[in-house]
Amino acid sequence: MTGARRFGRHLLAALGLPVALLGLWWVLSADSQSYYLPPLSRILGAFPDVWLTSGRLRSDVLPSVLRLLTGLVLAGLLGVGLGVLVGSSRRLRAFCEPVLEFLRAVPPPVLVPVLILFAGIGNSMKVLVIISGCLWPILLNTIEGVRAVDEVLAETCRCYGIRGPARLWHLVIRSASPQIVTGLRQGLSVGIILMVISEMFAASNGLGFTVIQFQRSFAVTDMWTGILLLGLLGFLLATALRLAERRILGWYFGLRRAQRDGS
Amino acid sequence: MTGTAPAAGARTARRLPGQPVLLGALGLGVFLLAGELVPRIGLVSPDYLPPTSRIAATGIDLLGSGAFWTAVGDTVHGWFLGLALAVALGTVLGFAIGMLPPLREATSSTIEFLRPIPSVALIPLAVLLFGADLRSVLLLVTYAAFWQVLIQVLYGVRDVDPVATDTARVFGLGRWGRIRYVTWPTALPYLLTGVRLAAAVALILAVTAELVIGAPGLGNEIGVAQTGGAVPTVYALVAATGLLGVAVNGCTRLLERRLLAWHPSVRREVPA
Repeated sequence: MTGARRFGRHLLAALGLPVALLGLWWVLSADSQSYYLPPLSRILGAFPDVWLTSGRLRSDVLPSVLRLLTGLVLAGLLGVGLGVLVGSSRRLRAFCEPVLEFLRAVPPPVLVPVLILFAGIGNSMKVLVIISGCLWPILLNTIEGVRAVDEVLAETCRCYGIRGPARLWHLVIRSASPQIVTGLRQGLSVGIILMVISEMFAASNGLGFTVIQFQRSFAVTDMWTGILLLGLLGFLLATALRLAERRILGWYFGLRRAQRDGS
Repeated sequence: MTGTAPAAGARTARRLPGQPVLLGALGLGVFLLAGELVPRIGLVSPDYLPPTSRIAATGIDLLGSGAFWTAVGDTVHGWFLGLALAVALGTVLGFAIGMLPPLREATSSTIEFLRPIPSVALIPLAVLLFGADLRSVLLLVTYAAFWQVLIQVLYGVRDVDPVATDTARVFGLGRWGRIRYVTWPTALPYLLTGVRLAAAVALILAVTAELVIGAPGLGNEIGVAQTGGAVPTVYALVAATGLLGVAVNGCTRLLERRLLAWHPSVRREVPA
């Protein structure tokens, strides 16, 4: 009984404010005459027409998401690979640090014009742009993670003669995985930004392209649905990553909880 | 949870202070040399990637032009104002929400929902509302940087040691005294980490807004140079934004070190 009550309370706490805010938006905008701020009811009413029934889900949303995921996966592979390499050697780290520091500091969207030169305006440009932005958080976090491998565990591995791929997989990647996931999470938010930007620049389909198209043709209600959809997409991807993180890093969260309770 | 605890900057003391710097300079040299050689050998067409020396020459020309410095000023202006707004809002709201558990419970789902919304989704709205104006830049920069600060402050406020709070209460410190002497010092490292993250994000969004919306600044200059086919200028400007980013990172680190000189994570860095 109390369990159900507590669940109800949590549900109320989780949903209360969002519902209240949406309600406020709904009421305040109900008879809005402003051209730029159409009533929420009209935006929500237009949403299915604009995105679901018109086939845009397949022609625009799907390509965008595919580009983002491709870019993120490639950046992840590249970032973890290079990160393990650079992280395990003190010399290599010192050698690369200033260059990495500089490359990371370049705001990724300014690379869009540069990458257009190399890769034209096709899909490969967009994936490259996404990689060029997502790579740094993943790479730098991996380096930090590899650097911070527990000394005792490393010694234990050495004692038992665990080396080569086994050491890499069971010790290095494992130890660095919390950091790697943090890098992935930061990479995801940068990646969404870059996906939208690269499509705003030069594209014939995609979410960013469509939203800008709406804005240029002053289809304000449609534009608002696009903004909502982008928000929803960001939220869904972040949630998916968090669920994956909870599965993959279950051992780590358990360890931390145990350490906290024990101390 | 974000894994960006304040100790991220902690570094073990180095045994040979000169060597890493030398290696780093060597790495930078190799990087620049590769940029010079790759187009010269013909691996990549010099039309796409001009040799380092040409980019450098263009960059030096830029340094003498007033338009460049105006653009830098515009970018820094938008970045700083947006960041300041975001830090002020994030700190105040973070403390308010973090110190009142019912409020924290009620807002957590909303914060989790709003945070991943990409700020660039607001670009079309900003264009319609404000046009290619500083206000558009500020809207995007503030929205993006705000979450970084807010989340860090929330973590920081939650991290307060209950023993310290109880001790302060026993010594008769009031609500404000506890905020001043217990909560604030606990949350400050988190806040500064938030500022560091926010400063980088704010720069990205400031330049992006200029590039996409056309507000005056370095981003806009890059867009103009690209449309005009001035490839070396594009590279020189990109390098300039990179250097600006390095400067921003350096400044925030310096700020951190200044304000946290008492904190163990900073003290540990000083070689014995």
